[in-house]
Amino acid sequence: MAQIPLKGKLTSENDLLAAELRDEFRENKIFSLNLVSSPGSGKTSLLEKTLAALGDKLEMGLIAGDVQTENDANRLIQAGGKMVRPIVTNGACHLDAKMIMRVLPEFNLNRLDVLFIENVGNLVCPSSFDLGEDMKVVLISTTEGDDKPLKYPAMFRRSSLMIINKIDLLGLSDFDLDRVKKHARQINANIEIIELSCRTEVGMESWFNWLTGKIREGCPSR
Amino acid sequence: MHELAIAQSIVSTVESEVRRQNLPPVIQIAVRIGALSDIVPDALIFNFEAITRDTPFEQTELLVEHVELKARCKVCNHAFEVENLFFSCPDCDSGQVELTQGEELDISYIEVADNN
Repeated sequence: MAQIPLKGKLTSENDLLAAELRDEFRENKIFSLNLVSSPGSGKTSLLEKTLAALGDKLEMGLIAGDVQTENDANRLIQAGGKMVRPIVTNGACHLDAKMIMRVLPEFNLNRLDVLFIENVGNLVCPSSFDLGEDMKVVLISTTEGDDKPLKYPAMFRRSSLMIINKIDLLGLSDFDLDRVKKHARQINANIEIIELSCRTEVGMESWFNWLTGKIREGCPSR
Repeated sequence: MHELAIAQSIVSTVESEVRRQNLPPVIQIAVRIGALSDIVPDALIFNFEAITRDTPFEQTELLVEHVELKARCKVCNHAFEVENLFFSCPDCDSGQVELTQGEELDISYIEVADNN
């Protein structure tokens, strides 16, 4: 028997495509965000409110990934999204760079300021698949366990911002705001944190300021 | 949950290497899986066996090596093992640490039958 060394990452095919996407975003000066969370944390709601508040100031492209249905994409179009494309994965638990590559020609890239990629609701698999984004934003809501950062460390380690949604419901569950922040910082000391409620809109201003600030300063990786 | 995608990637990577070097049958494939890669070794092996049934890789054994999480402090340069998910330096308490291993999703080698 002969042993043959093989060097290479098992995600290298995806990483190559992601690098092409990243170049494309940079050339077109697009700030790109990969939104990740469990199902039901409020990714689509956050984007609906963002479209309503900033739709006339920013050119936003939106990719809505779902295992089945185009419901999220339809919600974003209803909320005023002019450049929205669904990706139905038909069972796959994450988006990959090839799927983004496939829908990208449908966007008028030189017009976009920001591209939101709403990933499939899943805190495990999307963390391993680079989509060429500038940053990952992880959402968690107060109806979930406050130990999520410890249960899904890879995702919180690789995210730049954690948004805590549904803070209007604080007190109705055992979710502890201080505890979730402590857990997130234990995993990732540099993670930024914003608390808000998409329903009552409390705290939304912080998110809008964060987003517009990042677009204005040009994201760090550009 | 994405073990299937990773298993498919293992097969396609090895397949193209076998074709490129015109290699004899592959007896073993060794992969290195980091603690932070969210891959369950048993699930990876299960998926690998499922997709290689009735293929030239049916008899190929998949060997999974687990790689522990290790980090280095960017402030005091202390190297340490990340224990109980505390991603901060045990010496100076800084959270500014870089991972030195534990994120691997790599193939390390393949073992092929003697060419005779």
